[in-house]
Amino acid sequence: MGKPEPAELHTLPGNTGRRQPAVLRWVISEFRHLRKNRELLLLALPGILFKLVIAYFPMVGLILAFKFFRYDEGIFGSRWVGLQNFEFLFKAQDAFRIIRNTLLYNFSYIILGTVSALLLALLLNELSGRLVKVYQTTMFLPFFISMVIVGYIGNAFFDFQNGYLNTLLGYVGIDPHNWYLETTPWIFILPLVSLWKGIGFSTLIYYAGMTGINPDYYEAATLDGATRVQMMRRITLPLIRPLIIILFILGLGNIIRGDFGLHYFLPNNVGPNFPTTDIIDTYVYRALTKLGDINSAAAVGFLQSVVGLITVVTANYVVRKIDDDSALF
Amino acid sequence: MNMNTAKSAPSNFGINVFFIIVCLMIALPFLLVISISLTSEDALSQFGYNLLPKAWSFEAYRIVFEKPTTLLRGYGVTILITVIGTLLSLLLTAMMAYPLSRRDFRYNRQLTFFVFFTMLFNGGLIPFYILMTQYLHLKNTLAALIIPGLLSPFNIMIMKGFLDKISKEIIESAKVDGAREFRIFFQIILPLSTPALATLGLLISFGYWNEWFNALLFIDNDKFIPLQLLLVRILSQADFLANSPMAEVSDKLKYASFPTLSVRMAMAIVASGPMLLIFPFFQKYFVKGITVGSLKE
Repeated sequence: MGKPEPAELHTLPGNTGRRQPAVLRWVISEFRHLRKNRELLLLALPGILFKLVIAYFPMVGLILAFKFFRYDEGIFGSRWVGLQNFEFLFKAQDAFRIIRNTLLYNFSYIILGTVSALLLALLLNELSGRLVKVYQTTMFLPFFISMVIVGYIGNAFFDFQNGYLNTLLGYVGIDPHNWYLETTPWIFILPLVSLWKGIGFSTLIYYAGMTGINPDYYEAATLDGATRVQMMRRITLPLIRPLIIILFILGLGNIIRGDFGLHYFLPNNVGPNFPTTDIIDTYVYRALTKLGDINSAAAVGFLQSVVGLITVVTANYVVRKIDDDSALF
Repeated sequence: MNMNTAKSAPSNFGINVFFIIVCLMIALPFLLVISISLTSEDALSQFGYNLLPKAWSFEAYRIVFEKPTTLLRGYGVTILITVIGTLLSLLLTAMMAYPLSRRDFRYNRQLTFFVFFTMLFNGGLIPFYILMTQYLHLKNTLAALIIPGLLSPFNIMIMKGFLDKISKEIIESAKVDGAREFRIFFQIILPLSTPALATLGLLISFGYWNEWFNALLFIDNDKFIPLQLLLVRILSQADFLANSPMAEVSDKLKYASFPTLSVRMAMAIVASGPMLLIFPFFQKYFVKGITVGSLKE
């Protein structure tokens, strides 16, 4: 095959000497590219097909948001109803509540998660040796259990009769609480548990980024007499900024998609705490399983995708204005 | 691994103390669950849950393993989808990530967009459900538990981040020697990617091991219930009873026909234990294996 040739060569007319129509020239050059890249394309082909079927094909289903779906008529046969499916979301009294909860919780998860992970990674980066591994392993443990298990652990803490939290409170003479029936505590419980579950992974991603930084920078800084804090602020943080921004933008893309598992298993899916635990995803799941309301659920899915996309594109645009290098695309 | 100079012992001592506290807080919930599973049922109803058992008992584990049919079947399903899913997913992820990591690949930009767009925009739950059940006819099949998780953009991002660091001269020299892309990929790139493959393999296998969402959606045949769905069912039955208005009835029922408190916790441990034991062995690959792209030199 030889060395890769510069792409420009192919866009020039061939050595036939005759002028060809632009379209034909384009087709020929594109064909050559295809031929030249066919092996790499072939490697990617299974993935491409997979994504087409599993991810792109369902996008067609987004039109369901504007239809009255009936199984016997299928996606395309079902009747158009315009924006009717969206009405429930804005008319229902829960609408404001679940949208507010989804946005606020996700925002707090992003901020809390990013700041804590950065802090832990920076501190971890100051240490060396065996202990670092021990810390990492321990912090990673919650990441590797399922949300179902988190529900069980929640039970161990918040159970009214036997829960450890009530036992602890009993020692200091505070009456037991029925945590699952209260609203306020969940505002703190959910972010804490989310942090507990995810901190190991986010810390590792930042830490791995930091170990990739060229040690020459630190050596030079040391020669110049920089302190450790100065090195953190002037070398480590600026160099992993693109990583922070990428993860932040990706997080924003999911700001309107809630963590279903966390909000479903931890608060036990019981009514009384819904005001502070219910998010769009759990609401839709209930609408779907209890009422079989496919149309409203489809409308919500549509909104989530559109809002997610707009958030990411906007965030990326803003980042690009400030710092072109850090933008995601 | 860490090249920082200027380490001063006293402040490192402080940092170590800080991490020990953090780690203790993170480990505490696990300790509690293990302790509950090892406490006798009498002690639980008398004293509630405690960090250390007031009265030790292995009764819960004996009950779990006494009639193990459901549990064993759950294990079987989970192990099967974990092994098949992880292998397939690793292969697919690597095959997708490799062309994306090649800067001389003509369709690099378009394909990157094609893959990562699915991270930002998707059809949502309903179209996905309809696709899986009406078009692919995967309801109540093991494939419904395997297929959805096969190719995640985030994993591709990690794999690509790793491949970006492999020196391009190796590929060039292999080409000069007459190797073609498939051979380069399978005989050079894959063996060089062991840390990334180990890391991703572990992440992916945990995903499959902990799979409950697709099971919740697509499985209602008892033959194909994975471990986590089994736990979901026990949890929701127990919660239904605990929160039902007829508290007295529920108490009787709870002790009569449903796993007792310690048994439930023992099942949670039996279900998640094996993976937590495996994890430390892969730990050494993790920092090397995880590199999310676009970290500039």
